[in-house]
Amino acid sequence: MCLAVPGKVLSIEGEDPAFRSGRVDFCGVRKTVNLAFTPEVVVGDFVLVHVGFALTRMDQEEADRTYRYLAQIGALEEEDFVLREAGGSFS
Amino acid sequence: MKYVDEYREPRVAQAIAGRISRQVTRPWVLMEVCGGQTHTLMRYGIDELLPPAVELVHGPGCPVCVTPLEMVDRAIRIASTPGVIFVSYGDMLRVPGSYADLFQARAKGADVRVAYSPLDALKMARANPERQVVFFGVGFETTAPANAMAVWQAKREGLRNFSMLVSHVLVPPAMRLILSSPGNRVQGFIAPGHVCTVMGFSEYEDLVNEFRVPMVVGGFEPVDLLEAISMLVDQLEQGRAEMENQYVRSVNYVGNVPAQVILREVFEVSDRKWRGIGSIAESGYRLREAYAAFDAERIFGTADVSAEEPAECISALVLQGLRKPLDCPAFGTRCTPMNPLGAPMVSTEGACAAYYQYRRHA
Repeated sequence: MCLAVPGKVLSIEGEDPAFRSGRVDFCGVRKTVNLAFTPEVVVGDFVLVHVGFALTRMDQEEADRTYRYLAQIGALEEEDFVLREAGGSFS
Repeated sequence: MKYVDEYREPRVAQAIAGRISRQVTRPWVLMEVCGGQTHTLMRYGIDELLPPAVELVHGPGCPVCVTPLEMVDRAIRIASTPGVIFVSYGDMLRVPGSYADLFQARAKGADVRVAYSPLDALKMARANPERQVVFFGVGFETTAPANAMAVWQAKREGLRNFSMLVSHVLVPPAMRLILSSPGNRVQGFIAPGHVCTVMGFSEYEDLVNEFRVPMVVGGFEPVDLLEAISMLVDQLEQGRAEMENQYVRSVNYVGNVPAQVILREVFEVSDRKWRGIGSIAESGYRLREAYAAFDAERIFGTADVSAEEPAECISALVLQGLRKPLDCPAFGTRCTPMNPLGAPMVSTEGACAAYYQYRRHA
């Protein structure tokens, strides 16, 4: 029930803050989303959408930082794994 | 999809699972509070990637599962009133009340409709001025701002044929109940990422300090959950009890302020009954007096409807993490998603339904 999905804001319309809405692309599926809770959102941002409302603007910088960190762990562990496996088969 | 695919990367998931295996020196019991997280854990078999010393128990965070029986009975009574269009999120339609569910009410002629958003129910009210449109407002803090906004918009527009059957619950009081229980086994919590997107995580920090229990706000993809588990295990192994945030791309400390403003405007905190658990003090929302004209319970006079839970269902223990779905003698036999005894078998996010779907032959 707390499912929320990230999508990219393609356009924004409406002056009234409570009714401001955007067209949001979810992998090709486009929906109108209420932007009342995310007044800072601009076209091109990614928002997290739940029951027709954007709950937050995704923090791209934080996401990139986390992912670089996670990818690094993945790479290091894989290297570790390859070395261990290699060690195992030769010894 | 950006922000999703990279968090489903099997290589990264395996690597974090490997790291957790090397971190663990003794058994730990962790709880994911949110039903959406339970679903991800089961769907991707994350519990099976983990070392046996790390046990996951599943929390009460499925709003459909904790909606009390009598609230479904009230919904059916309202939906069966001539002239009413009753609108609900799809998850609620198959939840059994004490004698029927909303699908059965529809089969008997009630006008029950499914909506993706409460704003869809507002549109129905505008398009059908001669009908009463009632929206079933269930959910945790993630969903409450959307429902609050629908009521706020209805008032501003002067819509006289829209109301809401409010059954909103809050996560922190349920966690407090679990932590206060003498039988509590939970040593660390994955806090609910989307609830915290709205509310921030200061309330969870209070629980960390009060109960000396580590918590990590976690996201909903496999890599998010594994990372949150790794952060919890790290804290537990080092004897720390801190509030940490794994889901930084969505959650910050204060949460979504405009959403909190509309919540406070429309709702006030009240006691709520939880299915299988009973009444918990200050554990939900009701409409404020200024919005009484939109309160379906007042309009339709349903306060007298009450109901007892079926005795055979152990959902109270499952929802508090004291039992697992497979511990229930009725699991998969007298209780299945098509013929559920209790709500955790109904919702796709319910722990019993998740076990049934992904772990049936375990």
